[in-house]
Amino acid sequence: MNTTTADPTLPGAPEDEPREEAPTLPRLLAGVPAQGAMDLQTHLQIHGEPPPARRRDRRGASALIDQVAQAGLDGRGGAGFPLATKLRSVVSGKGRPIVLVNATEGEPASLKDRTLIETLPHLVLDGAALAARAIGADEAIVCLCESAGTAFQRADQAIAERERLPGPWARIALASAPEGYVAGQESALVNHLNGGPAKPTFTPPAPYERGVRHRPTLVSNAETLAHLALIARHGARWFRQLGLDEQPGSTLITLSGPLAYPGVYEVEFGASLTSLIDAAGGTTARVRAALFGGYAGTWVDGSALARVALSGPHLAPYGATLGAGVVALLPEDACPIAEVARVTRWLAEQSAGQCGPCVHGLGALAETFEQTLRGGVQARHAAARVQQLSALVARRGACGHPDGTARFALSAVDVFAEEFADHAVHGACEACARAPELPLPARPARRSLG
Amino acid sequence: MAERVRVNPITCEAHGMCAELLPERIALDEWGYPIVDERPLTAELVSHARRAAQACPTFALLVERERTPR
Repeated sequence: MNTTTADPTLPGAPEDEPREEAPTLPRLLAGVPAQGAMDLQTHLQIHGEPPPARRRDRRGASALIDQVAQAGLDGRGGAGFPLATKLRSVVSGKGRPIVLVNATEGEPASLKDRTLIETLPHLVLDGAALAARAIGADEAIVCLCESAGTAFQRADQAIAERERLPGPWARIALASAPEGYVAGQESALVNHLNGGPAKPTFTPPAPYERGVRHRPTLVSNAETLAHLALIARHGARWFRQLGLDEQPGSTLITLSGPLAYPGVYEVEFGASLTSLIDAAGGTTARVRAALFGGYAGTWVDGSALARVALSGPHLAPYGATLGAGVVALLPEDACPIAEVARVTRWLAEQSAGQCGPCVHGLGALAETFEQTLRGGVQARHAAARVQQLSALVARRGACGHPDGTARFALSAVDVFAEEFADHAVHGACEACARAPELPLPARPARRSLG
Repeated sequence: MAERVRVNPITCEAHGMCAELLPERIALDEWGYPIVDERPLTAELVSHARRAAQACPTFALLVERERTPR
């Protein structure tokens, strides 16, 4: 994605026009500045002061956890785990808890957490501080990718500004994690912060039992905590005024592809994809398919997109989820097989190299797509090999990386069956040589995580 | 309480002893790594499972009691 493109969340862009179907949006993106980060004073003017500490119940848990449970806030990092359950698990652990804000955003097609930290850092920091208070932690760590220089500076400035806030609040520190798709996985992050390599660890113990400095650790995505900051102010009922009963609230979506204004948007769950595309100024080319959830996600055929709504329940019939809020549109004039082969190879290279089925299986998956791209193979055999490998690697790694890659590859063979068969027989097509559509980090993609 | 076998995929180095000693629950994939049937062990399999776990050169095979999810 071209980051120099006009940011549709800025004043004057289509997103700012009143939207009848969602009169109370934007929530997180309210007042997002055209340049730089929103300062503390403006943040407090727009959202109000964070609520004062309330009395804890007998178990030591705060009323905020109940509010989060009633709101039905699920994690926005990809897995969609209920935040209240996580908070309660950490509270019931042994030792003083700690908060770890995961803003590493290793997903190349996602920009929303970086956007939040760069433009609205106080929303995330409020959420971190309030979560810390809710679980009885006196420290929160915000972890960013080491390549996110601007986000680092702005988070640092925002933390300094917050010394003016009447406390007491948890101390907030910044940390960095190495680049890499798997380095942001929660056990990898914890392992890295404890001085080990940024690679996933075998669980149990899970971070909520034994995490950073061996303390019960709440690992939560940056956007999730930004929502928590608003729930703490406005309550669960307010949160549920948008979205679906099964999936309440709003969510950030990184929308990329042939669009007038690709970028980060806030939608309510259940909004149509068409309304999101309209907010982005419409498409600039015909769309062959959409990838939902990122590179661990699922392709959906272009013919279905006019009927698709943005929520877990709506995407379930297609075997898709929103994951970390990624929707990537692939134009018809791109070669889907070349795109999928390139991303699958990158995913294979992103393996932490620890688990045999992941190392060998993802490599074999990438190899199968590359052979198909060169042609001269039997389409039926190549497709069957992808299906076989996908089944073979799923649930056999220490983390979900093989499962995600399998999902991506399997849905590609399904949705792009015709192009797949065509390449298998005839080899490269004219579009194969086109500039890539799906974004990948600049090389070197593979680095030592050790 | 039900016991089942599980592999630590990080420490597993595909020696394949487990599949020799517990073929009822463990097969090997094309690279030699175990594919584990995680259904609860029957009473007669428990001792075989423990022997397989002890035989693993990297102690990657675990015989576990069912864990309550959080």
